Amino acid sequence: MSSVKDWAAPNPVTENRGGIIGKGVDRYEGKLKVTGTAAYAYEVEPPSPPAYGYLLAATIAKGRITAIDTAAAEASPGVKLVWTHLNVPKQARRGERINPRSQRPSNPALAGDRIEFFGQPVAFVAADTWENARAAANLIQVSYAAEPAVLDFRASLELAEMPHGEEDVLIGDFEGAYAKAPAQIDETYFSPLQNHVQMEPCATTAWWEGDKVTVHTSIQMVKGGQHSLAETLAIPSEKVHLLTRYIGGGFGGKGQAYDDLVLAALGAQALGQPVKLAYTRQQMFQATIHRPAVSMRVRLGAEPDGRLNAFAVEAVTHCARSAPFVEHAANFSRNLYAAPNRLTGHRLVKMDIPHAGAMRAPGEAPGMLSLECAMDELAEKLGIDPIELRLRNEPDVDPETGKPFSIRQLTECLNTGAQRFGWNRRNPKPGQVRDGRWLVGMGMAAAIRGNFLLPAKAGVRIDGTGIITLRQGMTDIGTGTYTILAQITAETMGVTMDQVKIELGDSEFPPAPGSGGQFGAATAGSAAFEANMNLRRALAELAIGDPNSPLYGGDPTYVTFGNGNIAIENRSESLATLVSRAAPEGVYVEGAISPAADARDYSQHTYGGHFAEVGVDTVTGEVRMRRMFGVFAAGRILNAKTAKSQVTGGMIWGVGTALTEANVVDNRYGSFINQDMSGYLVPTHADIVDLDAIFLDEADDKANPMGIKGVGELGICGAGAAVANAIYNACGVRLRDFPMTPDKVLEGLMAKGL
Amino acid sequence: MRPFTYERPTDVAAAVRAVAATPGAKFLAGGTNLLDLMKLDIEQPTHLVDVNRLPLSGIEDTPQGGLRIGSMVSNSHLAADARVRSRYAVLTQAIVSGGSGQLRNKATTGGNLLQRTRCAYFYDPSKPCNKRQPGSGCSAMEGLNRNSAILGASDACIATNPSDMAVALTALGASLEAVTADGATRTLAVADLHRLPGDTPHLETNLAAGDLITAVILPPAPPGGQIYRKARDRASYAGGLASVAVVGHQVAFGAVAHKPWRAEKTEAALAAGASALEAAHAELAGAHDNGKNGFKIALVARMTADALEQASQGRGA
Repeated sequence: MSSVKDWAAPNPVTENRGGIIGKGVDRYEGKLKVTGTAAYAYEVEPPSPPAYGYLLAATIAKGRITAIDTAAAEASPGVKLVWTHLNVPKQARRGERINPRSQRPSNPALAGDRIEFFGQPVAFVAADTWENARAAANLIQVSYAAEPAVLDFRASLELAEMPHGEEDVLIGDFEGAYAKAPAQIDETYFSPLQNHVQMEPCATTAWWEGDKVTVHTSIQMVKGGQHSLAETLAIPSEKVHLLTRYIGGGFGGKGQAYDDLVLAALGAQALGQPVKLAYTRQQMFQATIHRPAVSMRVRLGAEPDGRLNAFAVEAVTHCARSAPFVEHAANFSRNLYAAPNRLTGHRLVKMDIPHAGAMRAPGEAPGMLSLECAMDELAEKLGIDPIELRLRNEPDVDPETGKPFSIRQLTECLNTGAQRFGWNRRNPKPGQVRDGRWLVGMGMAAAIRGNFLLPAKAGVRIDGTGIITLRQGMTDIGTGTYTILAQITAETMGVTMDQVKIELGDSEFPPAPGSGGQFGAATAGSAAFEANMNLRRALAELAIGDPNSPLYGGDPTYVTFGNGNIAIENRSESLATLVSRAAPEGVYVEGAISPAADARDYSQHTYGGHFAEVGVDTVTGEVRMRRMFGVFAAGRILNAKTAKSQVTGGMIWGVGTALTEANVVDNRYGSFINQDMSGYLVPTHADIVDLDAIFLDEADDKANPMGIKGVGELGICGAGAAVANAIYNACGVRLRDFPMTPDKVLEGLMAKGL
Repeated sequence: MRPFTYERPTDVAAAVRAVAATPGAKFLAGGTNLLDLMKLDIEQPTHLVDVNRLPLSGIEDTPQGGLRIGSMVSNSHLAADARVRSRYAVLTQAIVSGGSGQLRNKATTGGNLLQRTRCAYFYDPSKPCNKRQPGSGCSAMEGLNRNSAILGASDACIATNPSDMAVALTALGASLEAVTADGATRTLAVADLHRLPGDTPHLETNLAAGDLITAVILPPAPPGGQIYRKARDRASYAGGLASVAVVGHQVAFGAVAHKPWRAEKTEAALAAGASALEAAHAELAGAHDNGKNGFKIALVARMTADALEQASQGRGA
């Protein structure tokens, strides 16, 4: 096992800060996407004409199917099959595993008469066209025996219990220190249930060849999908060939397989023809996972100079009764600010609504909305600038574990951002800046998000034309993975981008953990780097051992790669010449990365600072963004353009979180009120007027050999809190209930006599 | 699938005859609302008569000094017309505050007037809705009714009319021309086009089956400032929480009732010398709060008072 010390050794990437890595290279697959020729899962052309599936969803929250009449559907034009729990082919029981090293258990569809949430699929129809399948599905009559259900989170907080296997983290004596603190904040913040709203819905195209099934599906984790389907069908993993080449957004919502995967596979098997099945937009809202609502109590006890002495962040959240999931909304606070007496923990309400699950920066995204607003409230109470308050609580070591930081540039992010944004123009007294009917204000918040490295492999091959092809069972969910892997390969091998091919999203490629938790770039990228380093060694040996090579007999430690050539000082030849002569069948090697044995000796995170300026319409309570700026420190940046796109996308999501994005359960039905994009409001272009972000120069040599870290989730962390704090600074209305829609702001304005 | 037939006539008489001849037929204009509703199986026409080739796309000056707007003029064209922008600024402001650029390019003047409510329960066939399925009940009444009506609703329905354009037309005192199934031409005030829900919320207008709107007539613009003000959750492409159109001393509200709401009590109070805020409240005295929509009462009052003040100073929004 490697050590972080090994990673600090010089290598071709870290030695060269002027190469292709870091440049704002255009997307590798960008042309395919903008020309509509990148085939997403539903659009993949199967080997023969497909049948089209449609799912019928339950219309109660909890209970049992008492009767289900499919006669009319079966007689409907074009229908090929109709399945319910009564006649669906046999699948493994939920949770079973038969294959060795399987990452996911069986997840059967239509598995019984129990209804666990509104929108749960209860029937599957396949027909000659999608329209015929849908029309037939709507003819199915389902009778239910409904049972009492827990549907209202805010009314059910007393049901909250300690999550299984967890306990609160207690350091020092929080209660005692808080009671004696000269300045106290004790507030509860609420963040709502949110949906991912990926542009591409969950979808699968499936067909069989003999006893092997091929599935093109939209999923963030290749192995997870492959293993889940194999277990559900009770077949060996290698009998499932899963492909996911292009993904139209995941955000955590596609970290798992849904019923489209298994029903398309089973349907294709039963019909002996390919099957396509996708969730509708409404089903995406109602029947996939969501970010749960969070109620967060924050208590801060501080000295008059702002130093925190007592610090408590307690989260209450929810999940589906049958699918345990904890939104760890308090975890981030364990590493952020110094305070000797600490209490953090989570409680969970089990409910009868769809499954709660991971959504972009699970934990931080809702959690930071509370503490970063509470810090603003404390700053005002003490008459200290909110940035200064944070600087006074900057820890020297991790405040919970005492471990050293791998690198921590939070203060640099805040100071740089303040300067670039013009924070000194902020009037600390709220409600002082008018622009016509608008009140204008500024707010800020810190950002923190953990950094992770998971085990991964990659394979790389060079052929006789000098083309280098990197293959990895990795996904690109729109983040830029193809592009950064191409940059890493080109830089490491000393070739241009057009000499590199990247092939991803295939269960038969060397495995990578996929996209999630902002671990994708560092994990997949490091494995790709290792594979390329192995290719360098293999090619060096090839050249040195080949009497026809100008490098013959040279010292391998002096071999360099550049301009498409392999060289020792002034002796060189092109990679194509070498390979076509000495290894005409090409050279293929693999590489792997895994966490360093001593990686956990460091507290390792990415950091940032958010700065927002808003206008509040004093007549209507509408809030409109004026400016937003973010400064981030996230290791070495692989691609200036795709990385910035990630963090600004996160910031925009933060704007949506602060102002518009929420779903609400209709407590009579257990369904969500918003089930399309005209009801669930994400920001439009007009909402984002002037938004920008920069990265600080950084390389984290404790992270991996290239010193890179994740950026996919950092941008959303704290962003909504900066907007909320700006609303307060603008108009003096302190809301603690996200999102801050005009009705809530207006009520606050009127309460102030405005 | 649910089959339907389709034709695309080139003259008005043929279009009207085609709809009259086929039970369940509907006119198809921009399709920005009808096609969505067909996909959700909420609208179930048997036959679509596409009116996009009818010669109804002109905007002409009238002898009275107003404008005659063909019903197939797109929302984008209407909003951008120089005469509209200079003389009927309230109409341009209202149109560009609705939908998105793409929708406004497709949506037509006649179609905009006939778009259906955005009540979430209307769009969810798993829920009772008297408008979608008469007699099934109103899910919004006791439900998540933040977007619901505060004026003129009934026990059967608290849905709102979502049009922005129609609110401006109502404040302007516009009228419309329609050709009836027997080929006659009828005229109707835009303010009288839509019905209150009463016991029949599925009946939304006073047009007869088969009537085709052919034009909207704007009277000469009255003196005074014009303002359209719309409050919404996000800056673009969002239905109004409430809107107000002010044309001189004429006032209409949007997104608060089953129809664009001409605020006659407000106008009368203004004429009697009330303050702008008092006048706004005169219309809202009978407003109702169904649980989540009550904020609209104060919102409309504040917007109206502000818009009246701005208009009295001759300003636009």
